Amino acid sequence: MTERGNLLRLMSRSGLSLLLFAVLGVGVVTFFYVLTADRIEKNEREYMMRSLNELIPASAYDNDFFTDTIAVIDEELLGSDQGVAVYRARRLGQPVGLIISPQAPNGYNGVIRLLVGFYADGTLAGVRIVAHRETPGLGDGIDQQRSDWVEQFPGLSLASAPPADWQVKKDGGRFDQLTGATISPRVVVQAVHKAMLYFDQHQDRLFATAAGDSYRFETESQP
Amino acid sequence: MNTASREIIHTGLWNNNPALVQLLGLCPLLAVSNSLVNGLGLGIATVAVLCASNLVVSLSRNLLRDEIRIPVFVLLIASLVTVIELVMNAWFHGLYRVLGIFVPLIVTNCAIIGRAEAFASRNRPLPSLLDGLAMGGGFAATLVVLGAARELIGRGSLLDGADLLFGDIASNWTLQFFDPEHGFLLALLPPGAFIGLGMLVALKNALDQRHARLVAIAPGSDAASELA
Repeated sequence: MTERGNLLRLMSRSGLSLLLFAVLGVGVVTFFYVLTADRIEKNEREYMMRSLNELIPASAYDNDFFTDTIAVIDEELLGSDQGVAVYRARRLGQPVGLIISPQAPNGYNGVIRLLVGFYADGTLAGVRIVAHRETPGLGDGIDQQRSDWVEQFPGLSLASAPPADWQVKKDGGRFDQLTGATISPRVVVQAVHKAMLYFDQHQDRLFATAAGDSYRFETESQP
Repeated sequence: MNTASREIIHTGLWNNNPALVQLLGLCPLLAVSNSLVNGLGLGIATVAVLCASNLVVSLSRNLLRDEIRIPVFVLLIASLVTVIELVMNAWFHGLYRVLGIFVPLIVTNCAIIGRAEAFASRNRPLPSLLDGLAMGGGFAATLVVLGAARELIGRGSLLDGADLLFGDIASNWTLQFFDPEHGFLLALLPPGAFIGLGMLVALKNALDQRHARLVAIAPGSDAASELA
């Protein structure tokens, strides 16, 4: 009987100290989470602003670019069945340009996330690769930190480059492939082209829609 | 420095190197060692976590019964890594951008819980801290050597991306030995990580055997002790 009582006392003591440490752990993590949350959000925001400003310079707009956003859904042209963010730049209330963040789901090694910047006249402000898992040393040349491959895009528009151009050279288009890697550049070129078609179809609504919500624009009937 | 401390350091860096001898923490090791800078990054983060976890575990070692020791260590380490990640994200955001992805990987590094259980739970805080430093150092050194070898063979460069870790002054530190197009791609892919680590383990064993032979031939001679 006493043995059993001892065991029970031991078990409850162990359980209690386990609970104590669990509470302590959660408490410490919560404390640091609350302490750092604001700063982390500010950092994320600044980082995102820097990437966005690389595409559309801060001097070109005067609105709150980062919060003047909507989310749009288009599986076909933007590569995701979730809303993708659209950041809109304006100056004195007039549209300057916008940045869409489409995805290329068919990368060599999974999803490639991009930022594609447009000026209001439809020319490309630039392209940035935000996240990818392409092969190091080959496909990762699409990453602006690895090579200047993405610098082929700025200044192009649907008017200046016919649809046949929107392929890598190997497929008969105008864009360089990377040595030893065709798939990664090919899907990025195609994703950028689709984003341009999307911008072209919905430009007015992209700028006019009130910030904050998620939209699925119907494709206008072809003339 | 006394003999015990020297022993701890030598054990961590060489005799019982966590990556080359214990073969612990291979998941982060192999995943991240595709360049020198990445290897160094994960190495630094591991040293920091290992020191902190050894210290905390050692401080709490007398409060714990044997039965619940391991769950409590898991709790402590998980909380600690989360706190380190939050603090890095808030106050060292540039560094977090580079190392951030590695920090959660460290939780999967069994070297951490291994040292907590094998050393820190039985020793006083200061030796435990030193053990964390030495084991972390041994792990980091392996990562740096493997990362450098893979980057050099696969891409012909060293220190590519150093500016991410050291700031703008490092932007021209990258050494390019030959055109990346002629690199040996296998070295950068996961199989290359396994092959590279295998070669490092073999090299270490060969050095140890050579040393043992020398000691056996001429015990106590100058040549042998110099090599030690």
